[in-house]
Amino acid sequence: MKLDRPDDRGRFGAYGGRFAPETLMPALDELERAFEKAWADDSFVTRYKELLNTYVGRPTPQHLAPRLSEHLGVTVLLKREDLAHTGAHKINNAIGQGMLVQVMGKRRLIAETGAGQHGVATATAAAYFGLECAIYMGQKDIERQRLNVYRMRLLGAEVIPVTSGAGTLKDATNEAMREWVRSVEYTHYTIGSVVGPHPFPWIVREFQKVIGEESIAQLGDLRPDVVVACVGGGSNAAGIFYPYLDTGADLVGVEAGGLGIETGKHGASIGAGTPGVLHGSRTYMLQDADGQVIEAHSVSAGLDYPGVGPEHSYFADQGMARYESVTDEEALDAVDLLAKTEGIIPAIESAHAIAWVARERTALAGKTVLINLSGRGDKDVEQIARIRGMA
Amino acid sequence: MGADRLRELFATTRAENRTAFLPFMTAGLPNPDESLSVFASIEGADAFEVGIPYSDPLMDGPTIQAAGQAALKAGTSLSRGLSIASEVTQTTGKPVIIMTYANVVFQVTPARFAAMAADAGASAVIVADLPIDEAAPIQSAVEAAGLGMVLFVAPTTDERRISDIVAANPVFVYGVAELGVTGERTASGGHAANLSKRVRAASDVPLVMGVGISTPEQAAAMRPFADGVIVGSALVRPVLEASTIEAARRDVASISRKIAEALR
Ligand SMILES: Cc1ncc(COP(=O)(O)O)c(C=O)c1O
Repeated sequence: MKLDRPDDRGRFGAYGGRFAPETLMPALDELERAFEKAWADDSFVTRYKELLNTYVGRPTPQHLAPRLSEHLGVTVLLKREDLAHTGAHKINNAIGQGMLVQVMGKRRLIAETGAGQHGVATATAAAYFGLECAIYMGQKDIERQRLNVYRMRLLGAEVIPVTSGAGTLKDATNEAMREWVRSVEYTHYTIGSVVGPHPFPWIVREFQKVIGEESIAQLGDLRPDVVVACVGGGSNAAGIFYPYLDTGADLVGVEAGGLGIETGKHGASIGAGTPGVLHGSRTYMLQDADGQVIEAHSVSAGLDYPGVGPEHSYFADQGMARYESVTDEEALDAVDLLAKTEGIIPAIESAHAIAWVARERTALAGKTVLINLSGRGDKDVEQIARIRGMA
Repeated sequence: MGADRLRELFATTRAENRTAFLPFMTAGLPNPDESLSVFASIEGADAFEVGIPYSDPLMDGPTIQAAGQAALKAGTSLSRGLSIASEVTQTTGKPVIIMTYANVVFQVTPARFAAMAADAGASAVIVADLPIDEAAPIQSAVEAAGLGMVLFVAPTTDERRISDIVAANPVFVYGVAELGVTGERTASGGHAANLSKRVRAASDVPLVMGVGISTPEQAAAMRPFADGVIVGSALVRPVLEASTIEAARRDVASISRKIAEALR
């Protein structure tokens, strides 16, 4: 059953909750109250929609991908979040949380980032609203998403390298949480996906559901049989899935298969994980028998994460959506495929969704498939050139 | 029973009008085989907080993070960590409190975790990322096994939450003395006195202050209003930095002795 919002304890069924240090609990309560009030307030919602239209450039286009469709024998529609300001869906959430911070009267934003898209979006919101900004980013991600590091700095944000663990998104999230525990009195933690302690998974889904709502309004006569999105923490997927839950379309989330599930080097938290507590909520995650978190692996920094938003865990258990994975290699091939057939260079994250459709084209023959193209690939060009020996 | 040993401890320290010293040390540091000798080098402890290392410790600063990583790398499993705790209480005769994170407890299930901790002779359990709102399943399992549950109160906690927290009957309240995660600090935010006043207004449950208490002076400053103080990073850091186990033991002994004296 589709849930408007999690229950009183922040649960989507058995998932979610608020496993946070006591120091943060009052701030989480405050955030929940502020969001409830703002989201029920017409003037807040109107202003949010206005900013999405005038500043973010929404509605983003949605269109048929003619040559890709012909190539695959599947009718493919693309929802073009790559064309939103800053180049990915992350800005929908960053602007929304930036507005909330205005209401709550805090002066500083912090965030974690993997691919750098959420860091860029948060730095952008901070500049727009006149707030201080610090972005936590794993050292490995700083190296593979360099363009976004420069962008964040240009936007006035401080980028703080995180060297603990594997130096990826999980570690950046840990460090942002720790910084929030220290500075909670004047800082808002702008979490970047539908993860974290309640109310974050709910708030981020609400700010992202504009993707699916717009998409349905833009459809015209076409009706997708299948809606596909990549899943890191799961915010672009939640944003497009949630409105489509009522339509009968099959919803498919594509996790990072990395070097292959069988190698253990992947980010398939639902596909190959078990329920546990990560970053403040109960959800599927990668862990060992003692409850130690296992490092994820993905060629794409944004999907290189050993957890997933709790609402996706709920969708998975309820059979409301299903979760598949594609490998690094398949995703890189899909970047190439979309670039050469449609003239669009997707983010490697988004390419996971395309890769799944390409792989399953026989099963999908004759169907109409909507892909959420969550972001553009400028940030990945340097990394791809290196991997593919084009540099 | 486990929890009673802590109740007796705080009854005694109150009668003696002193503040108990509860040092924290990561189990399995520098490795599982030498860990007991590090605990044994701590002087003046009234009880030990034994940290079961966790891969993603959100409430810990760089020192205890590094200690946890080192202990995990050296092969400290949950059962090995608990067996170290068991040796600590057996050899020192002092109560031990098991400190870890929620996922470690949920993965083995609260009932099994509580039984394992009880078998190890522990007196209480602290879970760093477990607020009162989520505590029930773990607290009831821990108490059913005869152990006490420790709950947190922070400078940001309001009166309504304080009254819920003390009403849940923790064996003691862990007062978070500073905003932020564990680690050494030179300056104090000065929250502890007010926090203790607010807890005392709600209950006379034992109150133990921790986070950011690293020097004898900082520990002594807690005496007027705390039943106990927890010192962690200041004891863990020398173990990480020392080049030999002997040097580590010597440094830990010296720092702990000074803190214990400051509390007397
Ligand atoms: C373009 C793009 N898509 C997807 C993701 C994954 O995040 P989520 O699963 O929250 O959409 C990221 C994260 O960095 C991203 O940059």
